[in-house]
Amino acid sequence: MILDGKCPTGPIEQSWDKHRFDLKLVNPANKRKYNIIMVGTGLAGAAAAASLGELGYNVQAFCYQDSPRRAHSIAAQGGINAAKNYPSDGDSVMRLMYDTIKGGDFRAREADVWRLAQVSNNIIDQCVAQGVPFARDYAGYLDNRSFGGAQVSRTFYSRGLTGQQLLLGAYSALSRQIKAGSVTMHTRREMLDLVVVDGVARGITVRNLVTGELESYAADAVCLATGGYVNVFYLSTNAKGCSVTANWSAAKKGAFFANPCYTQIHPTCIPQAGEYQSKLTLMSESLRNDGRIWVPKKKEDVGKLPAEIPDADRDYYLERKYPSYGNLAPRDIASRSAKEACDAGLGVGPGGRGVYLDFADSIKRLSEDTVRERYGNLFEMYEKITDENAYKRPMRIYPAPHYAMGGLWVDYNLMSNIPGLFVLGEANFSVHGANRLGASALMQGLSDGYFVIPYTIGGYLVTVKPGAVTVDHPEFKKSIEDVKATTNKFLSINGKKTVTEFHRELGKIMWENVGMARSKESLTEAIKVIPQIRDDFWKNVKVTGTGAELNQQLENAGRVADFLEFGELLARDALHREESCGGHFRVEHQLPDGEAMRNDADFSYVGAWEYKGNNKEPELHKEPLKFETIHLAVRSYK
Amino acid sequence: MSDHKTMTLTLIVWRQKNANDSGKFETYTAKNITDHHSFLEMLDCVNEDLIHAGKEPIVFDHDCREGICGMCSQVINGAPHGGQDRTTVCQLHMRKFKDGDTIYIEPWRARAFPIIRDLIVDRAALDTIIQAGGYTSCHTGGVPDGNAIMIPKPIAEEATDAAECIGCGACVAGCPNGAAMLFTGAKVSQLALLPQGKAEAVARVKNMTAAMAECGFGNCTNHYECMAACPKGINVKFIARMNREFLKAQFA
Amino acid sequence: MQFTSSSIGRKILMAITGQAMVLFVVVHLLGNSSIFGWLNGGINAYAEHLHSLPLPIIIGVRMIMLAIVCVHIWFGIQLTIENRGGRPQQYAVKSTQKATFASENMIWTGSLLAIFIVYHLLQFTFQVISPETAALKNLVPLHSEMVPNVQGMVVAAFKNFFVSFIYVGAMVTLFLHLSHGIQSFFQTMGWSNDKSQPLIIRLGTLVALGLFLGYVTIPLTIFAGILKG
Repeated sequence: MILDGKCPTGPIEQSWDKHRFDLKLVNPANKRKYNIIMVGTGLAGAAAAASLGELGYNVQAFCYQDSPRRAHSIAAQGGINAAKNYPSDGDSVMRLMYDTIKGGDFRAREADVWRLAQVSNNIIDQCVAQGVPFARDYAGYLDNRSFGGAQVSRTFYSRGLTGQQLLLGAYSALSRQIKAGSVTMHTRREMLDLVVVDGVARGITVRNLVTGELESYAADAVCLATGGYVNVFYLSTNAKGCSVTANWSAAKKGAFFANPCYTQIHPTCIPQAGEYQSKLTLMSESLRNDGRIWVPKKKEDVGKLPAEIPDADRDYYLERKYPSYGNLAPRDIASRSAKEACDAGLGVGPGGRGVYLDFADSIKRLSEDTVRERYGNLFEMYEKITDENAYKRPMRIYPAPHYAMGGLWVDYNLMSNIPGLFVLGEANFSVHGANRLGASALMQGLSDGYFVIPYTIGGYLVTVKPGAVTVDHPEFKKSIEDVKATTNKFLSINGKKTVTEFHRELGKIMWENVGMARSKESLTEAIKVIPQIRDDFWKNVKVTGTGAELNQQLENAGRVADFLEFGELLARDALHREESCGGHFRVEHQLPDGEAMRNDADFSYVGAWEYKGNNKEPELHKEPLKFETIHLAVRSYK
Repeated sequence: MSDHKTMTLTLIVWRQKNANDSGKFETYTAKNITDHHSFLEMLDCVNEDLIHAGKEPIVFDHDCREGICGMCSQVINGAPHGGQDRTTVCQLHMRKFKDGDTIYIEPWRARAFPIIRDLIVDRAALDTIIQAGGYTSCHTGGVPDGNAIMIPKPIAEEATDAAECIGCGACVAGCPNGAAMLFTGAKVSQLALLPQGKAEAVARVKNMTAAMAECGFGNCTNHYECMAACPKGINVKFIARMNREFLKAQFA
Repeated sequence: MQFTSSSIGRKILMAITGQAMVLFVVVHLLGNSSIFGWLNGGINAYAEHLHSLPLPIIIGVRMIMLAIVCVHIWFGIQLTIENRGGRPQQYAVKSTQKATFASENMIWTGSLLAIFIVYHLLQFTFQVISPETAALKNLVPLHSEMVPNVQGMVVAAFKNFFVSFIYVGAMVTLFLHLSHGIQSFFQTMGWSNDKSQPLIIRLGTLVALGLFLGYVTIPLTIFAGILKG
């Protein structure tokens, strides 16, 4: 099937305004008759729930945490982009769009990215009005800083806490609507199934994580703002509760999963210290501005203290391989190079999974105080975790899975191929293409939530009769029964391995074969091994307790079971995409300098996969990408 | 690289089946723990052993494991988050303990935080306080340009100090009175400092402090245990500011 | 919500009444110190001067002080009971970082002080504890007038070890109560911030210490025989 993104035609500059005008409106008096389900209350979900509630719709919002304030959007450190051009350094909506398309290696839709860039300015205004304490200059105006992939200063920030502050802004707007009664918040609920009636999304089945009860909710539209899936790698920078479960349940009900192979690996994370490790902590990429990355030249030096290795025996590999960009080479290149060095046996630290990020030269050049001023909080965090003083000895860093550019396929209205199912934020695939630029995730979440879905969902709702399906419909009963059956299966296996052991096993396969550098062999291997782990899981997993209580093992079992299916899809997508682009790197397809080599002739499309049943091959649908405003070019940061 | 010596610890953990259960302490042994285990990873290890032995693992709240989501909530040897300066449980590492140590692990204890299970408590009361007024009533869209109102840098900085609150509830857990004054004071102050929040300042402080009392939190007696417990180091000056705002509101 | 039923409102009333009593205690000490003879005629002259004020003023001040004490006690007890309920179950391990003995025991130091005030009033105001030395019954000449012998009453009382002991003990209690109470006033009224607070805490303790030293000097010097009747 050839998919149609239903993008507006005509000049891109007017596309969103024209589309907004063309969208039908819901009569204000009728809005309260419509029920909308919002799953996930991070940046996108909270912003959307608050805005829709304010418009007058009845919103039922769900999150698995105990409060909407805890979504993992909160962990974003760096900032949020906007085309305000406050510093007058040549920024514009068009330039932000251009940078985003280019950063995404020409694998995103132009119209969606234009819209994102256009509303980016409204986001800043909105957040300021909410009382988000952005950094200010001494005159009292909003301050900006620079970020990767851009030659202008367009990143707004609040210390190293931008994600937290923006989320709390959206959370406060949501809280206001909860108080007003327009949004009903259901916390500690996990969506386990999408209910589709006659091809239309009509509701969800959730597990009450406190009582274990399964609950049905019906609505006129279902929105998923359920985040990304990089916990498929087990160790990632995501929160422990982040999963693909909600999205995968939608995929199993017919929603297409687009570009799952586009995953971002962040180069500057604190390396794994041991097998027991449960997550990886990211440190701002800004460290690469003043730190020099190196590994020992000789294997026998690996175990030595860094100070004992003379300069001549160190390999500053990024400076050597990319003399013009040096330590500031793009994320994917920096990540891959670190992996190569470690694969060659030159990695340092526990398990040889780490490279040095050395500040000795900067401290000599700038003084320790200056370095402390710039990165003090990061050095402190590093010391808390590793017990090492990075002023005295180099930091150890290693790449870690960080963000999912892929997600459920949506059209320009953020609606999936299932009518009535909308997907927002990281959960959809729309704007980042094959690689996301720094400070763009927050922008997308809030753009979708505040400024896109409140318009586009109306265009859908006017076409449906409110309250047409209730939870009494047999499909809801069936959904509950299905979920119950799966739950009982988990509890009845009583095998020998814990859920975490299976997750680790999957993560290892994913990281080694479907991680930073993928090849036909490694992907084929993953596609062979993952079903074996899956089989073993269903025969040998041990889940204690019952389904009628708070049971974290049961929660995790469901999430890992879904990752075990989804991981295979990710590998299949990576195998089919015979090119390198952005976060997807196939070793067979690279330029002589190690840069990604795209194949625009054959792969300039969105790959959207249709679930065909357990252990059956999914079907690929394509949405061709057209570039009319920004012309296809080789991505180069030289 | 510090060598991986391992330790064995005795854990005395609060186990409580559900809200109606009376709960009791159980003793467990944590084996093969290294300096580099985080406190939660240590508990993960204990739980893996429990599951293998067919026993119910210890249930605790956690999510981001990088000290920002505010989900983790354990009182370790009487100190919320374990008592290390500006550190959440998930960032606390086992190198702070010695081989052979006995560690008491309890949930947040406060009337306003009923226990759900083991170390998990219900903190919905904190959301209720925010819902009472922890926002500006701006509409989506229809707001002025971000630079329309200047905010002096020191004001923006102080507002950010208050806004760093992660809503974990350690202040309540640490307060002998189970008061939520630091939590509420931080939000009231953040919005009272910023021009955008001033319009509703009077109603906000009245409504939020009223909600605080209705939720069953105690009153402040200026012990400042909240500040010691706060993983973000939120200063009690924000309680003073809320008191001031409250007093001002009486004359408005 | 009414000011007097709100959490902060009642705290503010506690703070204001408490601070009013601190002011009273300061003035009281200045008056009492006349026993050391800086006022012509000593403490007898001071007492006579107070008694010669118009009756409505004397009654008025006493009523106001009584009201202040009552409000402070009433809300003190009410808040403490509420606060005990704030954490119904204590931790197995007690670990305090910032709270002090003084801050944790305000209700007990307060209660002891209340009992002490009653005793103190009975002894030196209503003079019913040792009627034989009551000042009102033992008049002495002062500037060609006969006035009650307050000095004699006080000296006689403090010659007794137990009376001195009770007074010194009460002043230790007062010190503890005020070392937390004075700085608490500024915090509750919202008149402190991160820079001033450490200073206020130190200053509050210093004032409490000054009051303690000032007050205990009287029984101690009498008991030691330095100050005579």
